[in-house]
Amino acid sequence: MTLTELEGVEGEEGNFTVRLKQHPRYVDMDKCIACGECARKCPKKVRDYNYNEGIGFRKAIFVRYPQAVPLKYRIDADNCIQLQKGKCGACQKVCPTGAIKFDDVESTREVKVGSVILAPGSQIFNPSGIRTWGFGVFPNVVTSLQFERYLSASGPTEGHLIRPSDNKPVKKIAFLQCVGSRDHNKAGHGYCSSVCCMYAIKETLIAMEHVPELDASIFFMDMRTHGKDFERYYNHARDKGVKFRRCRVHSLEPGEREGDIAFRYITDEGKQVAEEFDLVVLSVGMETSPEAVELCGRVGAKLNHNRFMDTSNTTPVNTSRPGIYACGTIVGPKNIPHSVMQASAAAAAASGQLRQSRFSLTKTKQFPPERDVRGEEPRVGVFVCHCGSNIAGVIDVAALADYAATLPHVAFVERNLFTCSQDTQELISQKIKEQGLNRIVVAACTPRTHEALFKETLKAAGLNEYLFEMANIRNQASWVHAGEPLAATDKAKDLVRMAVAKVALLEPLPSLSVSVNQAALVVGGGMAGMTAALGLAEQGFDVHLVDKASRLGGNSMHLFKTWKNEPIQDHVQKVLSDISANERIKVYVNSQITQAEGFVGNFRSTISGPAGETVVEHGAAIMATGGKAHKPEEYAYGQSRRVFTALEFDKLHLLQDDRIRSGKNFVFIQCVGSREPARPYCSRVCCTHSVQAAIALKQENPERGVYILYRDLRTYGQREELYTKARELGVVFINYEMHVKPQVKVLSDERLEVLVWDHVLHQPFSLDADVLILATAIVTHPEVSQLAQLYKVPVDSDGFFQEAHVKLRPVEFSTDGLFLAGLAHYPKPMEETISQAKAAVSRAVTVLSKTRIDLDSIKAVVDEAACDGCALCLDVCPYHAITLEELEPAPKRHVVINTAQCKGCGCCEATCPKNGVNVSGFGYDQLAAQVAAALA
Amino acid sequence: MSFEPKILSFNCNWCSYAAADLAGTNRMQYPASLRIVRVMCSGMVHPNLVVEAFTKGADGVMVMG
Repeated sequence: MTLTELEGVEGEEGNFTVRLKQHPRYVDMDKCIACGECARKCPKKVRDYNYNEGIGFRKAIFVRYPQAVPLKYRIDADNCIQLQKGKCGACQKVCPTGAIKFDDVESTREVKVGSVILAPGSQIFNPSGIRTWGFGVFPNVVTSLQFERYLSASGPTEGHLIRPSDNKPVKKIAFLQCVGSRDHNKAGHGYCSSVCCMYAIKETLIAMEHVPELDASIFFMDMRTHGKDFERYYNHARDKGVKFRRCRVHSLEPGEREGDIAFRYITDEGKQVAEEFDLVVLSVGMETSPEAVELCGRVGAKLNHNRFMDTSNTTPVNTSRPGIYACGTIVGPKNIPHSVMQASAAAAAASGQLRQSRFSLTKTKQFPPERDVRGEEPRVGVFVCHCGSNIAGVIDVAALADYAATLPHVAFVERNLFTCSQDTQELISQKIKEQGLNRIVVAACTPRTHEALFKETLKAAGLNEYLFEMANIRNQASWVHAGEPLAATDKAKDLVRMAVAKVALLEPLPSLSVSVNQAALVVGGGMAGMTAALGLAEQGFDVHLVDKASRLGGNSMHLFKTWKNEPIQDHVQKVLSDISANERIKVYVNSQITQAEGFVGNFRSTISGPAGETVVEHGAAIMATGGKAHKPEEYAYGQSRRVFTALEFDKLHLLQDDRIRSGKNFVFIQCVGSREPARPYCSRVCCTHSVQAAIALKQENPERGVYILYRDLRTYGQREELYTKARELGVVFINYEMHVKPQVKVLSDERLEVLVWDHVLHQPFSLDADVLILATAIVTHPEVSQLAQLYKVPVDSDGFFQEAHVKLRPVEFSTDGLFLAGLAHYPKPMEETISQAKAAVSRAVTVLSKTRIDLDSIKAVVDEAACDGCALCLDVCPYHAITLEELEPAPKRHVVINTAQCKGCGCCEATCPKNGVNVSGFGYDQLAAQVAAALA
Repeated sequence: MSFEPKILSFNCNWCSYAAADLAGTNRMQYPASLRIVRVMCSGMVHPNLVVEAFTKGADGVMVMG
């Protein structure tokens, strides 16, 4: 339901009635084929604020971008001449399918739902009107989102880096960070937007790919590259020559040369310097849009003073109204991986209460029994699509159809105005039966969008869906060779010849599925593992929860407050009692996984514990083995009873140990073991933790001296408010660089001296310390690599589990049925661990909720006659789907493919020297037939 | 007459084949002498297929993934 707004939510958790208002699209979604003829003919040009940030134009009828889902045009009524003045209708005249409906009207409907998820996102901060940044005054000051469009091949300059004022190539560029973030005075936003440091580096590096000699500087206060692998990316940018300047720029002025931008800044050495740039990019932050504020008001979900969702750290996706959940940037600024994680977490929370109704409204489509065509001579039917004029306007479709009829095995050819239309599906079905066709080729658009539709048609006609091939004569011929109709027609003939050559060799494929054991294994009983186990049990599945320690809880037993100052132990106790009360969860303490085998739906793991070995069968598993604090060997740790790690300090602080109670000077050192050559990652939680501890120390006794020695203060997102508060309370922050680390001298049992190079005074500075707190890195447990070997899942170079896709599949392994959460993935605070654990539950439920999972039929198949068991394919299989089997009599051997694990990538096929393994539908002979046909 | 090379390209269904589709959606124009074979992964292209393409007269072969 696009162009639809949520007007109101009545009722209560589990039984809501939501009122939806659908705005008119003026285009019939069923008829629009997104050919774009309408937009080409539309006479009304409009500046494109919908996608190109106002730096390009679109028409009054448009799609936001070519990858839009659904790919359907819409009319912007405010700018449409027909809708405004009642005359034009150019789009209606050219639309080949009659999809334009000027009489479309707004409609409302009511829907019954059990839960609601709010994900309205955020908008970028608008820097217009604030003199400092000159946005809207100097044409060569652009926002980071505009710059992203300049860099894009699909953007207004087709990826050429030229500046707006005079189209001059950009050679020198500056990024200004924190525009609209960490700025109460000008922007009214005290929070950090969390993503801008990283995107500025990314845009800089991409710009350098476009212009290798680019001179690029990033002006920042703290570089906040706190995500997984982000610190490496930051290091890489420095190695590539990006200049990082720690200075907040005050104001921009016109440069000496026309169009240039000039400003002054302070160098690391404390000198004032003036410099000019071709282009200045403002790294704008995120804010909640007025529309989203209204939406949240309408549905009764409370926002906080930053206009982000008011959530608790222990229930990070629950809004103030039960049954309504939230995810993404409405909950707080965050990047893509965390948005995706939180989205899955919200889905788990929203569906947990509704498990009884799962699949209750599902309808299954019925197909007639399949005709057995094995042994029949191929009888190929070719359907050539005109796609209105999209194909027929360039390609001579009559000549193409005539040509197709001359090809071997072709028994029937027909042309259709739109082969994808419903009546043509019926026609194809009828012709299959009437003409006895057993292979079908559709020469039309791309299989990526239309193959599924035609496969359904084959099934409806009683033909195996895999006896089908498409010739892509629109996206890859008529559209890209519009000016060369003869060459395009020749190419279309080749494409049809290639498709016919291949389809004649295709064989019917069986539909595959595997059974699912609807129980789960969770390895690790810390907050991530416990949350995951409870979530799975709530969704109705039995869970085996394994921990190597003697009790559940993990690191959460040592943590006291979340960054929102919520007591962690209350939550831990509740989770522990919920687990012991839940009959679906079987807990194994003092236990470890010692053996594992199987695949999605059908794993068998051996749990070894005090009671011996237990073999459990499970359909899915979540790895949540956690992490631990790094034990430092520097800063006099272990040499003085006044030097602590953060966790040790917390405990002594809580117990009011005398060293802390009577301490006058407290020094925190950040990045102990993190962001170092041995561990080039940020541990993400330590800055916030130290700032929070510093605040508590100051609040207990404002006379205390509290110092935080940091490299970049990374209180990302709304945590920035803690940093502000700490400064207001008089906590002293001293910046140090990696090459001049602080030095600690143990003067006596009672006294420490910390020497640091002061970044403001530019001279060494000595601090007396009663207590020194080391913000140590988070490192993984050795179990990570053991489990990785047992379940054949990857580990990254820092020892953390490697997810299937950093952004889009953040809680899954590339092996189906295996998931991950918590510190074993990357250091993260409590609420992110809880989110990730819930997200893993959500993804695991997609496997566990069914008794059987359907698999794609495109799998590698071994030719027993050709395979001699050389096993070259074993090593190249990325999914560990191939095993070697010894046969009688020895030394006869062959390989066996596990179809549940095989993804049909065909690395085995490309490696096999004997043509002994082939991917169905993409076998060597089939591809070779296409190659031969292409070049015939 | 200028030489127009015959190029055969193996495109991965998930990335470069999709990119070729997008080039169409954006109406980007390129020489009509390119022929694309869709594969499910560029990893499935056997070296012998490349050799076959050259033997059958291709002037260039691309494996895109």
